[in-house]
Amino acid sequence: MTGILGKKIGMTSIFDEKGESIPCTVIEAGPCYVAQIKTKDKDGYEALQLGFQDKKERLTNKPLGGHFKKASITPKRLVREFRGFDVTKFQLGAEIKVDALFSQGDVVSVAGQSKGRGFQGVVKRHHFGGGSKTHGQSDRVRAPGSIGSSSYPSRVFKGMRMAGRMGGDNVTVKNLRVIQVIPESNLLLIRGSVPGYNNSYVEILKEKV
Amino acid sequence: MEKLKLVEATQMKSGLPQFRPGDTINVHVRVIEGDKERIQQFQGVVIGRQGDGLRATFTVRKISNGVGVERIFPLHSPRIAKIEMMKEGKVRRAKMYYLRSLASKQIRQKTTSS
Repeated sequence: MTGILGKKIGMTSIFDEKGESIPCTVIEAGPCYVAQIKTKDKDGYEALQLGFQDKKERLTNKPLGGHFKKASITPKRLVREFRGFDVTKFQLGAEIKVDALFSQGDVVSVAGQSKGRGFQGVVKRHHFGGGSKTHGQSDRVRAPGSIGSSSYPSRVFKGMRMAGRMGGDNVTVKNLRVIQVIPESNLLLIRGSVPGYNNSYVEILKEKV
Repeated sequence: MEKLKLVEATQMKSGLPQFRPGDTINVHVRVIEGDKERIQQFQGVVIGRQGDGLRATFTVRKISNGVGVERIFPLHSPRIAKIEMMKEGKVRRAKMYYLRSLASKQIRQKTTSS
């Protein structure tokens, strides 16, 4: 899948042509630069390695610095590989902008790291129902209930859903619609929400039509 | 945040009348019925304003046939054709929710200046 790298700016809502208010996420998408071209002969598969957002030269270590120098681009903060591009059409160091990939009405997926929620109970983490508030119970409102049988098997099965760390996972949200592309400021408006905090990095992937 | 404002600025209306909670306004709403469009007016007292930027809304309350009616309008919605300022109010609160429990005579007293 082809795609581009971006930064989540935040959410707002805009009005469509019918005057209805549409919730949307603003993403600063690109411009990305080709840092490396993977070819079938050399790497066994075809892909483009894209870099996004400049970082200071003195914060870049020497091996990475050399890698960017090869493509004759400034060091980049975020580097990701994307398959699905026609690699013969791109040159090392080429610029890829939003409007080259996306247009209004496109269906996209957005991948990013979800917000960290810390240690959470089963009701929030796994949508358990919890216990009864009334009927003579006490201290069972958000409890998980039984976690297994008794003497057989005498243990709790692996993968049993319990309380624990929630969030901070890599999450992909599919079937999001592009509402607007603003090429002058490299902005992409996507209907609905995308994973992660504001100012966190996301990958915007083009769905196959 | 600046970029968010950049996006919102494209649809924000300019030249809206400055109205505050307690003021009486007349809102001209575009109503689309099938392929016909007409203007419907809604006149009442502003009882609160919420949010900012493109998402700002305001609540208007009026008494229609003895029944209290409140409508929440998005300030920058293209469906709002015009906002007319009818009467300035003199109130000390940002949210006029207590009007809900007042008789109409008292409302008049509460929202008129002088």
